[in-house]
Amino acid sequence: MTAAFPANAFVPTAYRVIRQRREMRDVATLELSAAAGELPTFAPGQFNMLYAFGVGEVAISVSGDPGNRGRFVHTLRAVGAVSTALARLEAGQMLGLRGPFGTGWPMTAAVGSDLVIIAGGLGLAPLRPALYHLLSHRADYGGITVLYGTRHPRDILYRREIERWRRRLDLDIEITVDHADRAWHGHVGVVPALIPRAAIDPENTFALVCGPEAMMRFTVAGLRDAGLAPERIYLSMERNMKCALGLCGRCQFGPTFICKDGPVMRFDRILQIFATREI
Amino acid sequence: MGGHVLAIGAKAMMTRDGLQALIEALLSRGYRLIGPRLGEGAIVYDDIGGIADLPAGWTDRQEAGSYRLERRADAAFFGYAVGPQSWKRFLHPPVERLWQARREGDELAILPIEIETPKFAFLGVRGCELRAIQIQDRVFTGGSQVDVAYGARRRGNFIVAVNCGTAGGTCFCVSMASGPKAKGGFDLALTELIEGGAHEFLVEIGSATGADLFAGIPQRTASGDDIAAAEAVVARTAREMGRTLDNTGIKELLQGNPNHPRWDTVASRCLTCANCTMVCPTCFCTTVEDGSDLAGATAARVRKWDSCFTLDFSFVHGGPVRSEPRARYRQWMTHKLANWIDQFGKSGCVGCGRCITWCPVGIDITEEVAAIRANARTAGTPEKGGA
Amino acid sequence: MEGLDSILAEQPFFAALEPELSKIVSGCARNRRFDAGSYIFHEGDDADEFYLIRHGRVALEMVAPGQAPVVFNTLGSGDILGASWLVPPYKWMFDARAVELTRAVGIDAKCLRGKCEADHHLGYEMMKRFLPVFVRRLHATRLQILDVYGKRGK
Repeated sequence: MTAAFPANAFVPTAYRVIRQRREMRDVATLELSAAAGELPTFAPGQFNMLYAFGVGEVAISVSGDPGNRGRFVHTLRAVGAVSTALARLEAGQMLGLRGPFGTGWPMTAAVGSDLVIIAGGLGLAPLRPALYHLLSHRADYGGITVLYGTRHPRDILYRREIERWRRRLDLDIEITVDHADRAWHGHVGVVPALIPRAAIDPENTFALVCGPEAMMRFTVAGLRDAGLAPERIYLSMERNMKCALGLCGRCQFGPTFICKDGPVMRFDRILQIFATREI
Repeated sequence: MGGHVLAIGAKAMMTRDGLQALIEALLSRGYRLIGPRLGEGAIVYDDIGGIADLPAGWTDRQEAGSYRLERRADAAFFGYAVGPQSWKRFLHPPVERLWQARREGDELAILPIEIETPKFAFLGVRGCELRAIQIQDRVFTGGSQVDVAYGARRRGNFIVAVNCGTAGGTCFCVSMASGPKAKGGFDLALTELIEGGAHEFLVEIGSATGADLFAGIPQRTASGDDIAAAEAVVARTAREMGRTLDNTGIKELLQGNPNHPRWDTVASRCLTCANCTMVCPTCFCTTVEDGSDLAGATAARVRKWDSCFTLDFSFVHGGPVRSEPRARYRQWMTHKLANWIDQFGKSGCVGCGRCITWCPVGIDITEEVAAIRANARTAGTPEKGGA
Repeated sequence: MEGLDSILAEQPFFAALEPELSKIVSGCARNRRFDAGSYIFHEGDDADEFYLIRHGRVALEMVAPGQAPVVFNTLGSGDILGASWLVPPYKWMFDARAVELTRAVGIDAKCLRGKCEADHHLGYEMMKRFLPVFVRRLHATRLQILDVYGKRGK
């Protein structure tokens, strides 16, 4: 992987936006291809640093299919200056990219096991490559359950794809929303509340979790209630990040660096600090 | 006259003129020589052309929150402890351009910047500072990802260490086992000996490069008395050190007490001014600033020293993770003394005392550790965060 | 009542309940069926029966004047519906509507309250089962009001 980097890993490579899709009012998905040379491979769960010209750089998880070597897909919400500038990019325009960086989901460790994938809000994006991988290697894995929670039915990410997946017989998808009106016939409530109904076999299941930290804390508690050992729970964490190389010091989470020890962390490795305030 | 190349570990004596000759030899070999001199009311590190530039006869009186220059009774060149600066400002500069970018229409080109690599020679590097350089070497070049520019600036440094003859008012290098004697990592190490009318240096050879350079410097053989005198200087400095830091189980102590009430006590004094992180010779955290010209045709990225005491440091969309001063002080101290051990194998503190001296309210890291230790939860049993 | 006995025993909620106690509870129980769209109870009604949902989905709604009803939670198979039957004045505080065909065991609240009052051992066994359910729902409600998926700081 390091071989794919330029000698100076601080310097981004130019990429071109091939397609831009507006997922929601403030959420966009960018498909990127390298302006020159080959696209590096990535593992589900890894992230790239995306650079908007003159504005800055931000860490965004890869959300595309790891089997599609031609492009990087990123879904991002316009929350700050950089992400807003990135979300405004149109097909044909260019951005800078460094990566991929960080750890991935335990796709190898989970071979032969059941998986429960628990996503909150935009946390579905970093989990989507794991789903693509599971579905393209379906026979290697046991039961797959996706529990997805979001704010409102209109905030469901990748809706058409989810509808397609829901028709599959080898995949269980449950969606719950925090707020709904009567037009919504699905679950209402928080995503951890779906865990007891998911009939998890704790001895044979890996849990992959991504969402806002508060949601992940409650989700971990639910998974522990269901009997899952901390070693079987993986979380994707987020912290302020500048270099993504372990050199700027900003993404420290206790003794770990989210950029290189994460973003995907096995829960037993962060158990001591996970609930510590302002750590 | 010299000519004879000494073995590594060998010792010899050199006069003040020898020091001048040493400086000239380094300059003539093309080194950019940085050493101590008076400036900005302190002893700072800057370009040196000869012994006349050195702060002869000056010392620094340091206490928590206080630093004063004073005259010494003698004309010692290295009769001070450490100033506010450290060598990191040369190896890991406070401001550094990383790259530039050019945009024309939709086209974007990102261009690396040629790394500026002067050949540095550092004169007057203390034991604690040598340790600090080694710690930053580990941070920037010891992992899977490397700071290429740091590595380039560090490559081929010539280091003239100085064993401390004066304990600073705030330092505790004995506790951190980094001084007062330089322990390896130097090319030459000097112990300044002023006895009666004599003003000489015991020189210890630390590397083949050091031996080669020193061969051309006027010198005499070191006697048993000379060596004993130098050892006595270092032993006296160690004895006079006023502060200690108990490192026993410190990783478990700090990692296991994130909710200790002492964090609130220290936060009530801490101004979160970031001085401690700026003067610390191992603090390495940075931010980046992106900008473009008015026409939006060229842009650049600049890296700057940053501090975990700023709110921006931990900002994630919506707000900072560490909004309270208590959390930011805890982050700094726990990282330095405990998490650093997990990350890089040893403590991030070298015991130089700068953070104590330059804290405007005189917060003393050794006192904070002792206070936490005094009524800590049993080390190793982490506090449980409530749901 | 043999049938209800075994239905209750299958429910995780009543797992490991002593057979004698199970018999007492099923003495207060009956099978219920609610068509999709029908209301199980309304806010302000007497909470004289609570439900153990066997199949289906129930939406809990609250209504404010001039606004469409807001669904704040949905319950499904294995869930307990209703807590107000436990605490005076025994009135429902929300509407419960079957979203789809829902089958449940309805338990006569007055009957079970009386039996728990008479047999504190039964009462304690029931409390040990109800309290965790409601504490979990309280936790979930806290997370829900955090509104974690929205844009923060705005």
